[in-house]
Parts: sequence; structure tokens; C-alpha cells
Amino acid sequence: MKILVCISKTPDTTAKIAFTANNTKFDTNGVQWIINPYDEWYSLVRAIELKEADASIVIHLVTVGAADADPIIRKALALGGDEAIRVNADSHDSFYIASQIAEVAKQGGYDLIFTGKETIDYNGSSIGGMVAELLDMPYVSLATKFELGGTKATVTREIEGGEEVCEVNLPLVVSCQKGVAEQRIPNMRGIMAARTKPLKAVEPTSVDALTGIANFELPPAKAGVKLISPDNVEELVRLLKEEAKVI
Amino acid sequence: MSVLIFIDIAEGNVKKASLEALTYGAKVAEQLGTTAEGVVLGTAKDDLSSLGKYGVKKIHHVNNPSLDHLDAQAYTKAIAEVAGKTGAKVIVFSNNVDGKSVAPRLSAKLKAGLVSGAVALPDTSNGFIVKKNVFSGKAFANIALNTDVKIIALNPNAYKTTAGDGTAEVVSTDIAVDAPKVKVTAVNKVSGEVPLTEAEIVVSAGRGMKGPENWGIVEDLAKALHAATACSRPVADAHWRPHNEHVGQTGTAIAPTLYIAIGISGAIQHLAGVNRSKVIVVINKDPEAPFFKAADYGIVGDAFEVVPKMTEAIKKIKG
Ligand SMILES: Cc1cc2nc3c(=O)[nH]c(=O)nc-3n(C[C@H](O)[C@H](O)[C@H](O)COP(=O)(O)OP(=O)(O)OC[C@H]3O[C@@H](n4cnc5c(N)ncnc54)[C@H](O)[C@@H]3O)c2cc1C
Repeated sequence: MKILVCISKTPDTTAKIAFTANNTKFDTNGVQWIINPYDEWYSLVRAIELKEADASIVIHLVTVGAADADPIIRKALALGGDEAIRVNADSHDSFYIASQIAEVAKQGGYDLIFTGKETIDYNGSSIGGMVAELLDMPYVSLATKFELGGTKATVTREIEGGEEVCEVNLPLVVSCQKGVAEQRIPNMRGIMAARTKPLKAVEPTSVDALTGIANFELPPAKAGVKLISPDNVEELVRLLKEEAKVI
Repeated sequence: MSVLIFIDIAEGNVKKASLEALTYGAKVAEQLGTTAEGVVLGTAKDDLSSLGKYGVKKIHHVNNPSLDHLDAQAYTKAIAEVAGKTGAKVIVFSNNVDGKSVAPRLSAKLKAGLVSGAVALPDTSNGFIVKKNVFSGKAFANIALNTDVKIIALNPNAYKTTAGDGTAEVVSTDIAVDAPKVKVTAVNKVSGEVPLTEAEIVVSAGRGMKGPENWGIVEDLAKALHAATACSRPVADAHWRPHNEHVGQTGTAIAPTLYIAIGISGAIQHLAGVNRSKVIVVINKDPEAPFFKAADYGIVGDAFEVVPKMTEAIKKIKG
């Protein structure tokens, strides 16, 4: 059994969001980078748990990015996983990235591919679906629970107002969110072991992006809060009804 | 040429988010000087012709029960076929559960550029540019779509539904449908509850509630407002509330018209998931809580006193 876990490098959740080059580029000045939380906390940890239950499972990590993504992938390897592949390319759009991952997946022959439900920077939630289509595999998105039984997976996924349980045969692509696993902190042994785990850089295949970023915008600032006395809660309700017109 | 809108059904009924997508798609069709058509997969209980009031002229119904549950692969194939038949140049989804699953697959299948999380109509004055949310609500990106066929997944609550007159012609479309590979074995829906992503009003509470046994007053307020309930991450982590209530950068991102935050400090990661709300009300006993900076209305006070009073006041005006 081989599992491929997709890892993305994203700005830290507290990073200041600003743009340069006439609002066409994200300003990376002073930005700390992290593993996309959905990739780290849910898909990677779930893959590690599966391997802990069945030592014959092999976990590969994949990222699409330049050499500056290496520290992020090492950090992921410190949590777990056997080896990592970095497709040496600047990311263009989701389709470009998904095509690179699909290529890696074709070479590696994986039974299971995990992604996070979205990245916290571009919020596309598209990589999993695109990879699944390019590989002609079933896709279960927004998983909140994942169990493996032989060559069959039982996945609980989010639906509007609840959850549903489904069964799918492998090979399969799954996007993971909260519920699938619990966040882990890498330990010293993991960090030491990660240093010597194989991290292979491969060149990208030639693919045309389908979209481009024209520019970025920041949302307008809020006007400021209107404070109401705790002894006058009726006034708040009146304002919500008559001024804001939201109830 | 047409604009094709995917109309998403749950237990036979059209989802609210799909009505937004319909209204939006009809507007895009008007912008491009073409007609809007819809596609429905699986069994439908609702009268589909009545969807004409949202501006759609024709509805292609693939009335095949094997499509009653979401299977992204089978859905993609069916929609691609209908899109081909209708010569669709723009395909619109809601960026909800089904949209997130199917739109990316369709994008890869048709090599059609995708904007997921769109928040506004396309700007067609110079090319085809769609605004979307990025950095978890902290910014917008204008995405240029250069492909012949374009796909837009519209964020829930980003575009207002408007209904006029008109009925749609419903055509039964008989296409070969793949047997679903994803077999749904159980559906656990909290009945009577407003789905979080579709809710107009969300009442959310944090660690300031002290413990799960105190959620009664939060639920009472939500009930009085017909609102959905949500919570901050530590509350879900501590299992005080189910994880599907967790909103924020690493939980669900929402954009209701009214978001009421009770005993939540307003950490940047929490704000990232709720800052698209139209109006934010904060109830917190600490006047320095960062959430007040992002709020429209605020009460500095003890939630255990303020919230029951608010529920009473709302019941009074609602009669
Ligand atoms: C990578 C990362 C991702 C994260 N993602 C998320 C996310 O998606 N969503 C999220 O919510 N958090 C997220 N967090 C956590 C976030 O940083 C905060 O820790 C969290 O939001 C705090 O939750 P809280 O406001 O409920 O609790 P606290 O910060 O403990 O705040 C409790 C608040 O309640 C108030 N209070 C106490 N008693 C009362 C009372 N009686 N009446 C009124 N008010 C009272 C206090 O004044 C305080 O402001 C993330 C953190 C990290 C590092």
C-alpha cells in the first residue's frame, strides 16, 4: 500500500497580508512559512496513523515549489512519511499544480492520495478534484473521518447540515479536514530522522495554466464598532432591526 | 452558446446556495447576451419549472436515481455531456460541498479555467475577470480566465437571490450515467438545523462560555433568530461542541448577513473565517478583546447576563 500526501507551503496564519508590484504579487517580506494546516494536521497525520497500524504502508510526500519549499517539506518529514518529492516549479495555478502532482502520482502508482481541504492562501479547494480527474480516480472531498479496510475505504464527509458515510474502493483521492486526525507536534527523533530521509527534486512537465492573477485587492476597512450598554440590550436589537436591517 | 448552472439537490429539494448560483448565472448570461440553462442530476421533488423565476430558461434534468448521491466522477461526466450539448461557455456552481467536489474535476476534464470562491459578477470589459476571496477572507484576487470554456464556483451568501416571473422549460436528458463508485451507506443530518454555510444568521460562542453545559443560552438565542450555531476552535478541540461548528481559518469559512460572537476573543485565525459577514456583533466582558476592532456593534458585558436578555428582546419584537 502506497500513500501520497500533498503538502503545500503557506504563509503563517498571523502573516500580514500585503501586495507589491502594483498589487500583482503577494508581499513575502517578513512572512513566516508553514505547512498548510489542513495538509499537516489532518491528511499527513492520518496517513501516519495508518502506517502506525500497518507498517507495510509507504508514505510519500509531494510538493510543487521552488527550493525554498525544502524546509517545509523537511518539517513534514519530521512528523512522518518515508520520502518526499518536490516538483521544481513556481506554482502557476491550481491546474498547473494538479497536473504536476498527477504526473508524480502516475510514476509512483499510489493507492491513496490525500490533500487538505484547501490551502489557507488561495482557498481554491481544487487540487484534489483535479488530480482525481487527471488520474480517473474517485474523489471524496471534505472528509471528516477516514478508515481503511483492505482495499476499501470508509469515509465520512461533510454535507450541508450534517455528514454522510460512504464506501469506496481504492485507488482513491480524498481531501481532509477537521475530524480526520488530531494535530501532532514533531519530536526530536522525528526531526533528526527527517534530515536523512530522501527528498528528491524532479523537473516539471510542461503544462499550460488555465488562469492567471490579474491583481489583488484588500477589503475596505470597517467603520468602527458601535458600543451599546449591557443594561440596554433592547437597543442593540432595535439597531439590528432598524439600522442594520439584518433581523 | 449558453451559461449552464449546476443546480444542486439534497433529498429532492433545491439547495439555497443553488438559487444564488442560478440568479448569478442568469445575470452572467444577460451580460454575455446569451441564455441561462440549468442542469439537475438525480431525483427531484421540487417543481423544477418554477426555477424559471430566477432567470433560467431551460433545465436539463438527468432523472437517474443513481445520481441521487454525490459521486464527483459520475457528476462530472454527466455535466460535461450536458455542457457539450448546450454549447456552454460558462458553467456556474455554488462553491458549496458539491461544487467544491465537482467543479475542479470538470475544470480538469474540459481544460476550462476555474475560479472557486467567486464573490462578484465577472468583469468582461477587458477579457473575463472574476473576483474571488483569497488569504481566508483577508484579501481578494481578480482572476483572469483565458480558456474558451470558463467555470465559476460562487461562494455561498456572496450573491443575493432575486426572483422575478417566468417558468423554465424542463427537458428530460437521457444520457449514459456511470454507476457511482462512491457508495453512500448512511446520512446523518441534524434535522431542523440550519446548515452553517447557508445560514443568514450565525450565533457563535467561544471559551468565554466556560463549559459545554452552558450552551443552552447560546442555543436559545440561535433558535429565536432561526440561526445556525458555530464555535471557536478551542471549543471544538475540547469537544464542547461538534467539530463541524468550528469556524475560522482552519474550520469552516462563513459569510452570513449577521454574525454574533459570544465570549470569543477574536484571534486573527478566527476572524479569517468570519470577516466576510455583513454585520458582526460582539459580546465580550473584556473591553480590550481584539474582536471589537472587527465588529459593527458590541456589548462589553457578561455573556451569562447579556445573552438571555437579548433572546427575550428578540422574542418580543418577533412577537
Ligand atoms: C494555525 C492556527 C490556526 C487557528 N485556526 C483557528 C480557527 O480556525 N478558528 C478559531 O476560532 N481559532 C483558531 N485558532 C486559535 C486562535 O488563535 C484562538 O486561540 C482562538 O480563536 C481563541 O478562542 P476563543 O476566543 O474561544 O478563546 P479565548 O481566546 O480564550 O477567548 C475567550 C474570550 O471570552 C471572553 N469571556 C470570558 N468570559 C466571558 C463572559 N462571562 N462573558 C463574555 N465574554 C467572556 C474573554 O474576554 C475572551 O475574550 C488557530 C490558531 C492557530 C495557531
